[in-house]
Amino acid sequence: MKSYAEINEKIKQGKAVVVTAEEIIDLVQEKGYQKAAAEIDVVTTATFGPMCSSGAFLNFGHSDPPIRMSKVSLNNVPAYAGVAAVDAYIGATELSETQGFQYGGAHVIEDLISGKQVELKALSYGTDCYPRKEIHTYITLQDLNQAYLFNPRNVYQNYAAAVNSSSKTIYTYMGTLLPNFGNVTYSTSGELSPLLNDPYYRTIGIGTRIFLGGTVGYVAWEGTQHNPLQKRAENGVPLSSAGTLALIGNLKEMKRDFLRAALFDRYGVTMYVGVGIPIPILDEEMLRFTAISNREIQTTIVDYSVPERSKPNYGLVSYEQLRSGRVTVQGKSVPTAPLSSLYQARRIAAILKEWITLGQFTLTEPVQALPLENKLNSLEIHAKEASQHA
Amino acid sequence: MPKTRIVLSFPPSLTEVPLTYHLVKEFDLAINILKAKITPGEEGKLVIELSNGSEANIQAGIQYIISQGVHVEPIGKEIVWNEAECIHCGACTAVCRSKALTIAAPDWQLSFDKEQCIVCESCVKACPMQIIQATF
Repeated sequence: MKSYAEINEKIKQGKAVVVTAEEIIDLVQEKGYQKAAAEIDVVTTATFGPMCSSGAFLNFGHSDPPIRMSKVSLNNVPAYAGVAAVDAYIGATELSETQGFQYGGAHVIEDLISGKQVELKALSYGTDCYPRKEIHTYITLQDLNQAYLFNPRNVYQNYAAAVNSSSKTIYTYMGTLLPNFGNVTYSTSGELSPLLNDPYYRTIGIGTRIFLGGTVGYVAWEGTQHNPLQKRAENGVPLSSAGTLALIGNLKEMKRDFLRAALFDRYGVTMYVGVGIPIPILDEEMLRFTAISNREIQTTIVDYSVPERSKPNYGLVSYEQLRSGRVTVQGKSVPTAPLSSLYQARRIAAILKEWITLGQFTLTEPVQALPLENKLNSLEIHAKEASQHA
Repeated sequence: MPKTRIVLSFPPSLTEVPLTYHLVKEFDLAINILKAKITPGEEGKLVIELSNGSEANIQAGIQYIISQGVHVEPIGKEIVWNEAECIHCGACTAVCRSKALTIAAPDWQLSFDKEQCIVCESCVKACPMQIIQATF
């Protein structure tokens, strides 16, 4: 048994033993659970995948005379300005009013972190305290007072693999799906993925310090659609999309290498977000969780050709099978393709390992655990209930 | 072994002539059809790769096609992958039926084998980073 304080003390002394969630698998084979749990202090996990539910809060500062911005656009991409005078939220998937799919909120964020000037246009109705009704200027990231990424839903704990049984190619957020089971796409880093290594959120919770977009960030809250009650395998790992995280971090310190705008053909704009999360090896149970391999992690193959909430599925497949390049679906051997970058996830896990090993990054105990009993609601379409009428 | 990739455009009157049969029988060429759009009574397009013969046979085969009234052009486009900007996600490999673009263990970095590419351009649209282009 190790406490957070003991692990942090070792980190500060430069004595912490840190390995990645891939490295731990072989280490456990070699040393056994008990010995490995005693020797290893931290396991780093990471992912770099498309995460639509992302965006940034920006504060522009006040002009003279000042304006209470009510409509805001950045490079012609609308930002939400229904907050205070010069605050706005730019969502990753918002599309340009002039370029459509070619440019969106994620591109604005990427341009900002690349140091480029971004065109700011805002309108207002004018008030006694904010008389200006219009502004047109150019801003850079460094001109802003605050710019922080606040992503409502990232780091999905597992995600269904996608297939298309219809006779037509379909274009989805799971990529281009070829007809007649022409391909299978999947989007997690498997054995390296954060929430697959801490299936019951014992160490990842509100306040957890993480790697986000190339800098230090934090887990702010449970993510939207957090679904801990998803069906799980005996080892505790969910068999389809389950828990999620809301993340926050300083956009001014982020790097384009780990935050990239993306376009899914005929679907829309999204953003690839790089996230790394350290897991303290508090005891043997945490070690067992982090030692899980792709063979022991399964996901569900879902048919995206059915445009309904409940889509048919074709059973389970392990990440070892998905990573092998072919899986069998409905008796047919189908080629697989990843959408999240394992290459980048490995880079992030290695960087986080280095930060901790060098004593630059200590671990935080969650301020509050993520819920384990959260029911996922659906949106039903019905008339207003009688009791609600005025 | 020489290989030549060409684009054939033929007028509606020729869409029912068995050109590829003659290329095989008379010029001893192997023909790999890379792309085809042939509808009886309309202008046809065929992208083929000629191989398995000497350079002389390939040229003679091409002359034969031209003599039949077919317009022949060398394959004009090639796929250019901007590796420096690539995040190695693998989304393009989902649509690459010719297996020119692959991603696999151990390093999970994208790899592009130009020799395998049939310039179908599916990857151009499938790349989320928009860093694959078809150029002349």
